[in-house]
Amino acid sequence: MNKKLLTLAITAALGLTATAAQADTLSDIKQRGFVQCGVSEGTPGFAVPDANNEWSGLDVDYCRALASAIFNDPKAVRFTPTTSENRWQTLSAGEVDVLSRTSTWTMTRDTTLGIKFVGTTYYDGQGFLVRKDLGVTSALELGGATVCIESGTTTELNAADYFAANSMEYSPVTFVSQDETLKAFEDGRCDVFTTDASALAGNRLDFAVPDDYVVLPEIISKEPLAVVVRQGDDMWFNVARWTYYALLEAEESGVTQANVDEMLGSDNPGIKRLLGLEGDFGTPMGLTKDWAYQIVKGVGNYSEIFERNVGSGSPIGIARGINALWKDGGLQYSPPIR
Amino acid sequence: MAVDTAGRLAPPPRTAFFNDPVIRGYFYQALLVLIVGGLVYWLGANAIANLTAQGKSLGFDFLRNTAGFDIAYTLIPYSRTSTYLDVFFVGLLNTLLVSLISIVLATLLGFFLGIARLSPNWLVAKVAAIYVEFTRNIPLLLQLFIWYFAVLKVMPAVKQSYSLGDMVFINQRGVFIPSPVPDDKFVWVVVALVIAVLASIAVRIWAKTRLEATGQRFPVFLTVLAIVIALPALTWLVTGANLALDVPKLTGFNFRGGIDLPPELLALIFGLTIYTATFIGEIVRSGIEAVSRGQSEAAQSLGLREGDRLRLVVIPQAMRVIIPPLTSEYLSLTKNSSLGAAIAFPELVSIFSGTALNQAGRAIEIVGMTMAVYLTFSLIVSLIMNIYNARVALVER
Repeated sequence: MNKKLLTLAITAALGLTATAAQADTLSDIKQRGFVQCGVSEGTPGFAVPDANNEWSGLDVDYCRALASAIFNDPKAVRFTPTTSENRWQTLSAGEVDVLSRTSTWTMTRDTTLGIKFVGTTYYDGQGFLVRKDLGVTSALELGGATVCIESGTTTELNAADYFAANSMEYSPVTFVSQDETLKAFEDGRCDVFTTDASALAGNRLDFAVPDDYVVLPEIISKEPLAVVVRQGDDMWFNVARWTYYALLEAEESGVTQANVDEMLGSDNPGIKRLLGLEGDFGTPMGLTKDWAYQIVKGVGNYSEIFERNVGSGSPIGIARGINALWKDGGLQYSPPIR
Repeated sequence: MAVDTAGRLAPPPRTAFFNDPVIRGYFYQALLVLIVGGLVYWLGANAIANLTAQGKSLGFDFLRNTAGFDIAYTLIPYSRTSTYLDVFFVGLLNTLLVSLISIVLATLLGFFLGIARLSPNWLVAKVAAIYVEFTRNIPLLLQLFIWYFAVLKVMPAVKQSYSLGDMVFINQRGVFIPSPVPDDKFVWVVVALVIAVLASIAVRIWAKTRLEATGQRFPVFLTVLAIVIALPALTWLVTGANLALDVPKLTGFNFRGGIDLPPELLALIFGLTIYTATFIGEIVRSGIEAVSRGQSEAAQSLGLREGDRLRLVVIPQAMRVIIPPLTSEYLSLTKNSSLGAAIAFPELVSIFSGTALNQAGRAIEIVGMTMAVYLTFSLIVSLIMNIYNARVALVER
């Protein structure tokens, strides 16, 4: 036991992983009794703790969906706030089982970091937030501006690309943590704050006087914000991926948290398969037959999660846009559960 | 050990070889080497096994790849198309810049503080004592946040900048000062300054020799001051050299031209200096107090003046006590400069071990290089200070 502790301590300190060698995350989780979920330090709408340290948000609800699928209990999950700089190490070192942390899916990350992107829970793009009294109406007028950025993000690279592509100079001020970045922007160190447009909308509401700030219309990048797991554990990858698809599938078949018990009586074969009444899709993944029923029962479907946290039911009020289901003209699409 | 009634030590009893302290000593040392070696091997093997399992490799080829991000404050040319190796050097130079400036300032302030705490003036001594106790008991990171965010908050926006004679501008983007633009003839003024400095050294040596030979004093300080000011000034006038000033101007969002001192740089230098100076002050105070009163009384009885007493008798002896701990203060200052990452100053840890690591995903290589840099810094500073220490150390005759 002591030896195991020592091993854990040393590997954690080095940011290496001892768990990857064993690579059975699902069994580890079942034994432990809860899911370890890496989230952001506090992004309105995606992951924010309240006064009682109860987390909520779109990213948070995904982890609760995982916990529901495994333990039939959306509360069987512990959240670890990670910074944009330390998130990959936290995942590699096995401190978290899954990273649901507004992380952009890029090729370099996918192929070099020893991680796997599970699916895009939110299609985003990078935008700019400025003070209204600056009198700027387009990002193309930002030549010579000072820009506050969180370091270690795709945001940093996109900004460099955008200003270079438009032959504009700028001066980046990069902070390690989001809090300091926002504070420096609010204190006037920078003219512009840039990050994913969804986060900008939420961050704006946190300022003392939100109406003094305006989000510029330009979206300068593709930011598919995806869930991430460690490479080399396909079983766990499947669980993470199909949990996400189950949320979409539930929305598509009109199964909601409120009507899921009613739906158990449905004659629709698709719904019967989803809820585990026909066939067994859970056991091959190492879950129970009613895994998807538990997910919807625990957190609702994708639409409910979206509206509750970032959509019409939240102060942020973002429209579904490209995050609508494919049949509504959006990009969210689940392969069939059959 | 057995002691007989007469209080003498009994002869050591004959022991088996495994109780022999010498053999035991060797045994434990060998055991320690084995454990440490085994641990290192196990960690290395584990790291490589896990990297392979995750499909990662080790290597420094990534240093030639394009970094793709921008850095606000660089001493060498840098753009988003530069490589990770350039990022490394940018970070290295920024760390060196901050460390060197802070070491010089902290030493000056520290010596001043140390002497002030020993001042016979009650007010001066107490003010210095309060400053030292207050500052060194607050964590440096917190102080940096205070200097950065508290000061930033009360600064005016760019368009309402404080202006000093329309030359220097202070606002939320930092301090903007004019930069000198010397013309071709200005090189002569620099030459004159070098000559003046050399001449001053010559005057000092001559004055010392004369003092030792004849006992006559010469007003060295005033003479040197006159030479250093007069000679370059005269050259400037005669050659008609021109030193233009590039004054910062408000264009668009910000001031352009001149020298830009960003708030991150100033806050970091300020924080490091103020914090480290308190420790240096205490080291200086203890060093001076370590010189026994008899020494300065003896110097007094020889008829040495107050200044000479300090310069020739007290300080040289105090330096022996001051140098070794001063070295470790310099080392910790250099390492503390990495806290600049928290307030967005692009030093080594912030941009290389932070941003570059994140973008390139080469944790082991980048962290290793960063550690090697700090280790090298520390060894170099130690080396320099040890050479100096050897010079001031007590020479046994």
